[in-house]
Amino acid sequence: MHKLSSFGKYTSQFAISLLLILMLIAFTLASPATFLGWSIYEAFLSTIPFFAIPALAMTLAIVCKEMDMCFPSTIALGGFVFAWLWTHTGSLGLSIVAGLLAGTAVGWLNGFIVVRVGVPSIIATIGTQFFWRGVVMLLCAGLALDLTGIRETALHHVFAGRLFGVVPAQALWALGTAILMWLMFNRHVFGDAVRFTGDNSETALKMGIDVDRTRIAVFSLMGFLCALSGIMVCIEMGSWWPTQGEGYLLLVFASVFIGGTSAFGGQGSIYGTCIGATIIGIVEAGIISAGLSGFWTRTFYGVIIVASVSFYNILSKRQK
Amino acid sequence: MTPFLHLENISKSFGAVRSLHKVSFDLGSNEILGLIGDNGAGKSTLIKILSGVFPPDSGAFSLDGKKVNSRNYSCAQARKFGIETVHQDRSLAEKQSLWRNVFAGRHRTNSLGFIRIDLEKAETLKILYDIIELTADGLDPDLPVSVLSGGERQGLAIGRAMYFQSRIVILDEPTTALSLRETEKVLGFIKKIKDAGKSCIFISHNIAHVFAVADRFLIMDRGMVVADILKKDTSLIALTDRLLSVCQKEIPHA
Repeated sequence: MHKLSSFGKYTSQFAISLLLILMLIAFTLASPATFLGWSIYEAFLSTIPFFAIPALAMTLAIVCKEMDMCFPSTIALGGFVFAWLWTHTGSLGLSIVAGLLAGTAVGWLNGFIVVRVGVPSIIATIGTQFFWRGVVMLLCAGLALDLTGIRETALHHVFAGRLFGVVPAQALWALGTAILMWLMFNRHVFGDAVRFTGDNSETALKMGIDVDRTRIAVFSLMGFLCALSGIMVCIEMGSWWPTQGEGYLLLVFASVFIGGTSAFGGQGSIYGTCIGATIIGIVEAGIISAGLSGFWTRTFYGVIIVASVSFYNILSKRQK
Repeated sequence: MTPFLHLENISKSFGAVRSLHKVSFDLGSNEILGLIGDNGAGKSTLIKILSGVFPPDSGAFSLDGKKVNSRNYSCAQARKFGIETVHQDRSLAEKQSLWRNVFAGRHRTNSLGFIRIDLEKAETLKILYDIIELTADGLDPDLPVSVLSGGERQGLAIGRAMYFQSRIVILDEPTTALSLRETEKVLGFIKKIKDAGKSCIFISHNIAHVFAVADRFLIMDRGMVVADILKKDTSLIALTDRLLSVCQKEIPHA
């Protein structure tokens, strides 16, 4: 037996946390006026959850060795079903349940196409991304839905209000989702099945794990959480618009990979994804308030992604 | 010996290829059966049927006198019946921790499906110390399987089978690609299966390895069982000659 301490397990989580702290220090030094006040953090807490929640589900998908390229359209569809029903029926409960169900159904269908029909997930979900975006565009005739009245409802406070007037409610939802996903991934048999399926599906099958059901469940969960995110975006913004979710595609993948989840399947970190999403979420504000051009943002994203993924790769080689 | 596993006329074809043809044999309780034969003899197909990967086209098998319904039979079902298969390199998920591998598919959970991790880690340590007899200090059930050597991995898979009270352990080429010392270890584990009162089907190309531990040998050729020999009636040389003569018949122009 080779000697190896279990310290290595936490190295990557430590490193990613350190990176976030260093970035915060650097941004604070560059623009103390911005980063020493609460309002910038309130802004972060109101915007990061919208892509952090899909990123949490994407973490499980990637660990399961699947890709969901469809999710921006799932967000739009979930949001649309919610917004359309609310404007037409005024029933918040019905609108939310229907929106979540629509997202889950889209996710389930992705899983069905991948698992039962056997199309590789990256290809299948590129197809369904176009399809559902098209469907949503057709349904709304290319027009946004105005939800201004929603800001007056109690539910606005539940999903996008401000706790004690300062903490965005969606941040608490994201935190709750993160805790739940952490428990699922690390301590529940479902997370265990996801790990084994992504690590080696043949072995998983022989261990008596229902690989097909696990994969479909991962896609369905993705759909569910995307719809949740879409609905919360609608409630926060007071409107739904046809291109909703489109900007999240790269942010979500960046969050997952910066967080240390392996592109090879079988390994991942929910904690890492949370930190990854935070890093991605603060870069733009940090760069702009430091007085740099906004064009630096993408350059910076690129550097962080390549550097962190390289770092993890070197780390895992050393552990072998 | 009472037959614990009884196979009758098991046949399986893949398209035009006849993989198994009317295979029948018994496996006694606490018997180690060596299954030998050349590539393509049908050994793997037979094992896959027994371990629930796919059903036979025709024929039936029974466990402990009870007929197995091949429609409901699956890998999970096979494990429940006490048939556990240890493959050369497919029994463990490499990146997962030792404890996750021991309990995969059979976790000890509470009613909500949450895993009792502390219990599983403690049980894993017991398997490592008592069954595999690993002596390294700082043994941590959280380590990934990838830190184990080839022989230790087979040991973990066999230890897992014994921990779950499997009644038949099927070993599919467990010594292939192992060094001599590692092979010795694995043969030692197989003897432990016998000592624990379980049965075992041991498949290997290497007759010497099979001969060292098995009580009885089945030679398979082109999907059929062509010889069934007790260890006491043969020797390593006689068995090798027998296998070679079977294999040579396969090539008509040789």
